Amino acid sequence: MADDKNKIITASDVHLFYGRFEALKGITLDFAQKDITALIGPSGCGKSTFLRTLNRMNDLIPGVTITGNVMLHGENIYAPATDTVALRKEIGMVFQQPNPFPFSIYENVVYGLRLAGIRDRRVLDEAVETSLRQAVIWDEVKDKLNQSALSLSGGQQQRVCIARVLAVKPDVILLDEPTSALDPISSGQIENMLLELRDEYTIILVTHNMQQASRISDKTAFFLQGNLIEFADTKTIFLNPHEKETEDYISGRFG
Amino acid sequence: MNSKKWNTVATGILYFIAGVMILILAFLLIFILWNGLPHVSWHFLTTPARSFQTGGGIGIQLFNSFYLLFLAMLISIPISIGAGIYLSEYAKQNWLTSLIRTSIDILSSLPSIVVGLFGFLVFSIQAGLGFSILSGALALTVFNLPLLTRNVEESLNSISESQREAGLALGLSKWETVLRIIIPEALPGIVTGMILGAGRVFGEAAALIYTAGQSAPALDFTNWNPFYIASPLNPLRPAETLAVHIWKINSEGIMPDAAQVSAGASAVLIIAVLIFNFGARFISSRVYGKMTGTK
Repeated sequence: MADDKNKIITASDVHLFYGRFEALKGITLDFAQKDITALIGPSGCGKSTFLRTLNRMNDLIPGVTITGNVMLHGENIYAPATDTVALRKEIGMVFQQPNPFPFSIYENVVYGLRLAGIRDRRVLDEAVETSLRQAVIWDEVKDKLNQSALSLSGGQQQRVCIARVLAVKPDVILLDEPTSALDPISSGQIENMLLELRDEYTIILVTHNMQQASRISDKTAFFLQGNLIEFADTKTIFLNPHEKETEDYISGRFG
Repeated sequence: MNSKKWNTVATGILYFIAGVMILILAFLLIFILWNGLPHVSWHFLTTPARSFQTGGGIGIQLFNSFYLLFLAMLISIPISIGAGIYLSEYAKQNWLTSLIRTSIDILSSLPSIVVGLFGFLVFSIQAGLGFSILSGALALTVFNLPLLTRNVEESLNSISESQREAGLALGLSKWETVLRIIIPEALPGIVTGMILGAGRVFGEAAALIYTAGQSAPALDFTNWNPFYIASPLNPLRPAETLAVHIWKINSEGIMPDAAQVSAGASAVLIIAVLIFNFGARFISSRVYGKMTGTK
């Protein structure tokens, strides 16, 4: 286990209710800096819900109540003084369906920067190239930056969405099943990209695909019915799980 | 009969109904244009109407229609955009907002003559605006606002929730997300709705009879000071519009060429409304193409 200094996010006893339904039943989980952590579990187990508590996206859903603490750099993001806009600049998010804005590829990538008040064309150009290179799509789109992002394939759109997040330079990137809507080749490209991003970013990934979790993650957390069943090194989870439920799920006995 | 035959029969009936619709529309258009266009000339479009002699035009009425439309849209566009954004993006689902929506729906189905009488009592009499372009523009706003607001709200609602999430997750505030992502994406729909609304307002007569009035005093097209009584821009002068003019000459016109003037004015009105409709399609497909890069 990583020591306390390396922990970037610590969640303790997080409960989440949709109305009266308890979707998260006291999750305590720490994320180490510059690790890829995979959250796995069957549909409806709460893994995506938990992911969305980390950048407070669940706040947008009416009737949601959340208790417990989530600390980012030692500060509670659920404290009343928290600025969610600033928080979401530090914790970027990529969604299941690619959701580029219907603007040009260039505009998609610089959108966050422009709204942060950056006007200098050179800075923007540079950010576009760096982010698109990091998202491993620069070579495919460098000659058509002014084309609409909607004209790209699904896998390319998803990588533009990742570049859009990278451009804002967050500390943490949350990915909610980022490859489940993509073909195997695009999925593979995104997995390779995530492995390269690990040097600079803390990555938390929800996935249905256990091969994906075992291929790219350092740590894996297994969720079941709103509980965190087991959290350990990915190798341990897949080769030598402590809990019976984890073993059953990994070996395909349910889920 | 088997389901395949039923399919053929049902398709046939639907084609027939659609064909009847198109024929009725085409007949109306051709009839109005056929009767009216021979009377339309530059002279007809630019000279004032005459009450007792032949040879009158529709110049002032035409100008009044456009000016009234401009003022009415100037008032109703900002209000409808603000209200539509509120209803779509900010309003919580509770009894108050559902009451607002129901009120808007009821308001949008009010007969325009009722709106006209309401405008007469409130704007012309109570507010002391008399028969004036301003009274008319306010009455048209009451008439048009509910539909425009619903159009803005629905255009914004049609933008996928994932776009809002994308904006917020990127660290944009709610207002930035609405202003910089949702509204630009909804713009083609909003623009179409506005132009179609403009077409509806342009052809409106009943709401204007008692508000903008039924007389078109001579205008001095050399003096554009809005405070001068005969200035074309004076918002407090009475102003008969094209649609009101058609109604008026058909009910009490005593000029010898009333039928021709009416037919010509109707043709002009129809053409203007057609331009609004095709303009709406053209502009919205241009805006959409520009945004998505498909054109």
